[in-house]
Amino acid sequence: MTKPRVSIQTADFDLAAEVRALHASDPGVGAVTSFIGTVRDRNDGADVSQMELEHYPGMTESAIEAMIDQALHRFDIRAARVVHRVGLLRPGEQIVLVAVASAHRGMAFQACEFLIDYLKTQAPFWKKETTAAGARWVDARVADDAALARWGITQANS
Amino acid sequence: MMKIRLRYFAALREALGPGEEIEVPPASTLGQLRDQLLARGGQYAEVLARGRAVRCALNLAMSEESVLVSEGAEVAFFPPVTGG
Repeated sequence: MTKPRVSIQTADFDLAAEVRALHASDPGVGAVTSFIGTVRDRNDGADVSQMELEHYPGMTESAIEAMIDQALHRFDIRAARVVHRVGLLRPGEQIVLVAVASAHRGMAFQACEFLIDYLKTQAPFWKKETTAAGARWVDARVADDAALARWGITQANS
Repeated sequence: MMKIRLRYFAALREALGPGEEIEVPPASTLGQLRDQLLARGGQYAEVLARGRAVRCALNLAMSEESVLVSEGAEVAFFPPVTGG
């Protein structure tokens, strides 16, 4: 059975289980890198009590699948996995996991960073955070476009 | 005329609703579709205003406004994305 490469879910995820599954059936893997994004308790000068994540079902999955295809093409890696949560999240909770397996560490580090940079500006998710002043949509950051541009991709988001 | 399925997300969904079916003239681009919606005035004119950051997708893929829309297409308008 082929393991899914992309999961969009409300439930939390387990890093250790995800990493084990990523390389369990591939003895050629010598390096696994992972990135986890979590909900901060402060953003743009205000305390954040909770965050709601909306996405575009169907497009989200196909956009991230295409990003993983690109990562497999650009870097000498053996497998990649992305889990992104949606719905209501509180500070400290995990939002996103990117994990990459390769023969050697260099490619795994690079592909992991490429995937999170790509996801942040090209996957259709939107964050709405609640502060003492009420709920507000989080603004896109120019710095995230710059991070993606380092990989030679100049699609602007913010 | 061509039938198009429209979807809105995030702040645009809050202002305009989840989506609608509309008819557009043949050979319309995504940008012309945005202009057609803008011309309705009110909330549409506000949230889709030129100069506001609005991104669009055609059939589940990020697209430029110069791209042509086809019969039966699904078009989405939304703010810059903020996942990750």
